[in-house]
Amino acid sequence: MTNSIADLAKAEAFFVIGSNTTEQHPVIGAAVKRAVRAGAGLIVADPRRIELARMASVHLRQRPGSDIALINALCNVIIAEDLYDTAFVAERTEGFEQLKAAVEKYTPAFAAEITGVPAEEIRKAARRYAAARPAAILYSMGITQHASGNAAVMAIANLAMLCGNLGVEGGGVNPLRGQNNVQGSCDMGALPDVLPGYQKVADPAARAKVEKAWGASISDRPGLTVVEMMNAAHAGDLKAMYILGENPLVTDPDLRHVQEALEKLDFLAVQDIFFTETAALADVVLPGAAFAEKDGTFTNTERRVQLVRKAIDPPGKARPDWQIIAAIARRLSADKALWDYPSPAAILAEAAAITPQYAGISHSRLERGGLQWPCPSPDHPGTRILHVGKFSRGLGKFSAGAYIPPAEEPDAEYPLILTTGRRLQHYHSGSMTHRVAGLNRLLAEERMEINPDDADALGLADGDTALIASRRGRVQARVQRTDRIKPGVVFMTFHFPETAVNLLTVSALDPVAKIPEFKVAAVKVTRLAP
Amino acid sequence: MTREELERIRAEAKQALEARDMTTLPEGELKPPRPGEVRVVLRNCGQIDPTRIEDYIARDGYFALAKALGMSPEQVIDEVKRSGLRGRGGAGFPAAQKWLFARQAVAARPAPADGSPPAYLICNGDEGDPGAFMDRAVLEGDPHSVLEGMTIAAYAMGATQGYLYVRAEYPVAVDHLQKAIPQARKLGLLGKDIFGAGFDFDVDIRIGAGAFVCGEETALIDSIEGRRGEPRPRPPFPAVSGLWGKPTSVNNVETLANVPQIILKGAEWFAAMGTEKSKGTKTFAIAGKVKNTGLIEVPMGITMREIIYDIGGGILDKKKFKAAQTGGPLGGCLPEQYLDTPIDFESLAAAGSLMGSGGLIVLDENDCMVDVARFFMDFTQDESCGKCPPCSLGTKRLLEILTRMTRAEGTPEDLLTLEYLTQNIATTALCALGQGSVNPVVTTLRHFRDEYEAHIRDKFCPAGVCKGMFHYEILAECCTGCGVCRKKCPEGVIRGEKKAPHEIDQPNCIVCGDCYKACKFAAIAIRPGPTEKSRRAAHKTETPQG
Amino acid sequence: MAQLTINGKKIQTPGGTILAVAREHGIRIPTLCHHPALGPKGACRLCLVEVKGSRVLQPACTFPVSEGMEVQTDTPKIRTARKFVLELLLSDHPQDCMTCEMCGACELQDLMYEYGVKETPFRGERHAYPADDRDPFILRDMEKCIRCRRCIRACDELQSVNAISMINRGFRAKVATSFDTPLQESNCVFCGQCISVCPTGALTEIDSRGAGRTWQTQKVTTTCPYCGVGCNFDLHVRDGKVVKVTSRWDSPVNRGVLCVKGRFGWQFLHSPDRLTVPLMKAELWKKRTGTDGTPSPYAGFVEADWEAALDAVSDGLAAAKAQAGPDAVAVLASAKCTNEENYLIQKLARREIGTNNVDHCARL
Repeated sequence: MTNSIADLAKAEAFFVIGSNTTEQHPVIGAAVKRAVRAGAGLIVADPRRIELARMASVHLRQRPGSDIALINALCNVIIAEDLYDTAFVAERTEGFEQLKAAVEKYTPAFAAEITGVPAEEIRKAARRYAAARPAAILYSMGITQHASGNAAVMAIANLAMLCGNLGVEGGGVNPLRGQNNVQGSCDMGALPDVLPGYQKVADPAARAKVEKAWGASISDRPGLTVVEMMNAAHAGDLKAMYILGENPLVTDPDLRHVQEALEKLDFLAVQDIFFTETAALADVVLPGAAFAEKDGTFTNTERRVQLVRKAIDPPGKARPDWQIIAAIARRLSADKALWDYPSPAAILAEAAAITPQYAGISHSRLERGGLQWPCPSPDHPGTRILHVGKFSRGLGKFSAGAYIPPAEEPDAEYPLILTTGRRLQHYHSGSMTHRVAGLNRLLAEERMEINPDDADALGLADGDTALIASRRGRVQARVQRTDRIKPGVVFMTFHFPETAVNLLTVSALDPVAKIPEFKVAAVKVTRLAP
Repeated sequence: MTREELERIRAEAKQALEARDMTTLPEGELKPPRPGEVRVVLRNCGQIDPTRIEDYIARDGYFALAKALGMSPEQVIDEVKRSGLRGRGGAGFPAAQKWLFARQAVAARPAPADGSPPAYLICNGDEGDPGAFMDRAVLEGDPHSVLEGMTIAAYAMGATQGYLYVRAEYPVAVDHLQKAIPQARKLGLLGKDIFGAGFDFDVDIRIGAGAFVCGEETALIDSIEGRRGEPRPRPPFPAVSGLWGKPTSVNNVETLANVPQIILKGAEWFAAMGTEKSKGTKTFAIAGKVKNTGLIEVPMGITMREIIYDIGGGILDKKKFKAAQTGGPLGGCLPEQYLDTPIDFESLAAAGSLMGSGGLIVLDENDCMVDVARFFMDFTQDESCGKCPPCSLGTKRLLEILTRMTRAEGTPEDLLTLEYLTQNIATTALCALGQGSVNPVVTTLRHFRDEYEAHIRDKFCPAGVCKGMFHYEILAECCTGCGVCRKKCPEGVIRGEKKAPHEIDQPNCIVCGDCYKACKFAAIAIRPGPTEKSRRAAHKTETPQG
Repeated sequence: MAQLTINGKKIQTPGGTILAVAREHGIRIPTLCHHPALGPKGACRLCLVEVKGSRVLQPACTFPVSEGMEVQTDTPKIRTARKFVLELLLSDHPQDCMTCEMCGACELQDLMYEYGVKETPFRGERHAYPADDRDPFILRDMEKCIRCRRCIRACDELQSVNAISMINRGFRAKVATSFDTPLQESNCVFCGQCISVCPTGALTEIDSRGAGRTWQTQKVTTTCPYCGVGCNFDLHVRDGKVVKVTSRWDSPVNRGVLCVKGRFGWQFLHSPDRLTVPLMKAELWKKRTGTDGTPSPYAGFVEADWEAALDAVSDGLAAAKAQAGPDAVAVLASAKCTNEENYLIQKLARREIGTNNVDHCARL
């Protein structure tokens, strides 16, 4: 998030796109609801009639995969009707003329064709967003999990910059991160192209700095992303994997392909707290520790680094993961003493020394409360809002992307769009939440949401079992008829291994961010049994 | 609409009204005025067809509005202030003062940016006292007088939207209002730019769901906002922050119905009626053991004796007056010594009772004061919103004690507890309902303590009301041996020869009271102690408390 | 700035309620329906104070201070009034503190203690609702409810869910869903915010029943392991087990608000399914040790000691590197693990293996 969670109360309006906030990020969802009840405006763009849509003054039900056309059209209206922040555009940005030219063809009427949202609704939303200063944009994986997700994120940034909503309290472009420490994993360089602190591995100066700290050389070739790793393993180029606390055999797209890939590896080590579907394919399974069993830090979606404290011992012989990783590294290393960390605090101290955003962050400071990066020095209070007065690159650059249709579109054989998401009661692959009795009572199984019109055409009653098939696989699930979902679209989550929706999804990747297109797959649905 | 047009309508309507046979109108509850009555609020009731705005105009309707809109809002407030009009809903707060506070609050804040009304006027038609129906009479019989009063009040205080809150139990009132509002809109008497004075005002009806507590203004506001009606602590007062946080004035139906007359005839005309601090007239709903019951309107300052004996025609069946219960469930019972007290806000309060909305129940020697207190407590407990413990739990405990007393289960400690409860509920409860809930108990305890003591010490109900706590005896010295009681007795347990004193076979008497009611010679007396059968019956009919 | 006196003490204040001003100046006024995270209600009548010139006692929690005001907060009259309210509440309360989950953390109990209310002078009917355990997570023992409406306000003001409200009037008034259904049949989202504000034992965590009262548990402040919001909460630990989760009202991210997973989703920690020993494929174990090894509950796997397991992993990774170069090895880090662990595993890949093949599920 460019801004902070506490900032949400100061927004005059929200534009929520691709985020079912009240289910995926319930505490932020509640904050948005409080602000809306106190008078803030709310525009929701989501194919489903999510809970926030009921409070919204405008609900745009766009076709999955058409976000760029929609956002470009909002920019088009704001420019055409002269609703943008001329001072901000003039002083803080560059490339406005290019943006103007790029979005010119995205008239509301043109976008209506692509998105299925009436032109008048698009105008209404644009005017509502532009009228509110500051306005906050919230988005989540509904935007990013597309083959064109990166361009959609750029489009959102354009919209915010047009209206001067960056670098101000209550505004911002606020991606809501899915997992508790996905922000921290990225910050710490658990990415194939960057070192800790987003320093490019291809950048010799950055490499040199880290090499000096580590006393060893680093490869200048960017590595493979998750999906690329699976492809490489499938092709036989990747021989061994060490998987820490992940369950790609449920969470990754096109699962059949993932299973084949993992089976082809010469060696697979999996470290987890449960015997997951992925662990079953491993050569060695290492019992790690859950969050309550170890010390460390998590970084949340507002860039706040916070302490995780050990409250109980890991069960049996299980060990904190940092100790396990260090023990393996020690075995592999020529410089074994390098891996003798006395505590997680010492690890963060080392990481902070090469991660500019974390330079001023240490466990001892965090004892007194979390810190939001960038925090460049030990006396720096942290940064609540990014881009105040100046962007990191100087001027904010408009960079308009063109609408690209999803990698797979419905056709005669697979006539429906499957879009995937999450629900309140469960989490990710369910390895934690399925082991909480009450959560299972609240939601015991996955039900595919289908519009009653489509269900009628397929002869599906509430609770009937349906077969959902794509070009890659098939799953069975019971159905729930609901007008929460648009006609032509069905919705499922990946929480339940029994209804492993990722057997159906597309592994097409965004060319830049390499994110798979979980949100659009063409499927056909047939009735199996009542 | 202009004044000239209104005059033209009046001229035509007057002729039509005079030519019409008013006896064909649907029969209302209102009888023609009795000697001693002065009708201001009720002046049109029964005299016009309430579903025709022309009838109202024929009797000078909406001329007060025309006049008021020619004055400044401050002048209107001043006129009503000088008239001395006080709120008729119970508390008696000066009406003009409410408007002034709201007007000041409107001035103190910026105009709403979203085009919403700067302030609201609410007409409280949630008449909830059992037996009170003066507001219903006005809403049913003369709805335009309330609408006109609302519009004048709104102009004075600075509201552009009004709500008329009526209980769902008044379908005829709702129906007549639903006819009256569009009629007024059609003639431009509600809506934009009324009388070309640049003043906008409109009224919507809100129907209450029969909660007594919604008559309390802050609970009423909650209810209009779509929430459960529960009183809020004040401050902030509604005049400062009321409906949807805006300055709001809540005025009672009767109060507002007075306003057009005050504007039309002047403050002095109104102030000439009544007492020093309570001006004008007041409607009362007379009920109970009095010959003429029903709705009356009398000048303030009239005595209870005049109402009960002159207008009400005295006590039924030559019985003895015992007390008058005024002010509804939150009022009190006043005994004979108060018969000559002038009825106004201060005098009634000084006597421990209330003006309330004008309920007046006459009680005679056969009314048990403990049971009367229990009856009102049952009502209040049932209607308590449940928000504060003193009311929701305190009235429950009071009710339980009173119920025990009327079942011969009261103890001397109960009497102490009763007093402990009444003292503390009055000082700790949140709203007027809770604080006032103890008044029936306090006043009956003050004036009829001997009856309470008889219930506790002797297990005796002297009024002959509480089952199983008395029996009847035929007084030999008074009995003429007429035999009426013997014939009336359903159990056949009265014996006696003609012209000779009769006798009750006590063990088998069920104490139904038929003989007592039938005896023309006051020869049957109420005596302590149950009969065997009545004691058993009293135990059998025991119902769950509360 | 207003100047007023509270208990004769001169106070300068920019404004606020009597309660807020008194607390700022260290003057204690008891409360029950008041809660710092919620708007004032004025319902419970415990904070009644004397305001000079006012006919009745006034609730300090809603009454604004004004210039020249004279307030008394602890006169005999006030103590009598408060004691009276407590006696009424006690007359409708099951006196089962011995077995009550909230004993020692109950605000009602504390006030009874403070005002010396050992028994009530009132006898009469008491609410006797059976404890409602039909729903997961939230136990509603409504006979302990004092109808302060904190739960209703939390559901409304903090969560905007409005699953519960008052139903009925008078003595029968009760906090319930519409038509008094189980919570599961309402729009309740099971955030448990109602429990967090309940001053008595009326609303408690079903899964924490009997597991340790508040003063018996050790509290460890940490960060939620679920979504990216990063809510702060306290794990309540007793005898080496987590038994409950609560969140403090001053927690920087979530201000005491949690969701169903954060507040109630801790049971997985003690799941019998937890991995407790390293495991190795039976064939690999046999190849490396020549023995059959100790069978495990997982098909095809035997239990391994740590040394053997760690050696096998380093050997497996080293062998692939030796055979096909560093880029034949990849590691997946984890968005569920700590920063420190993510840092270590990418360092392992980059420094010890020599590859940038490191990624995690950021995009999933």
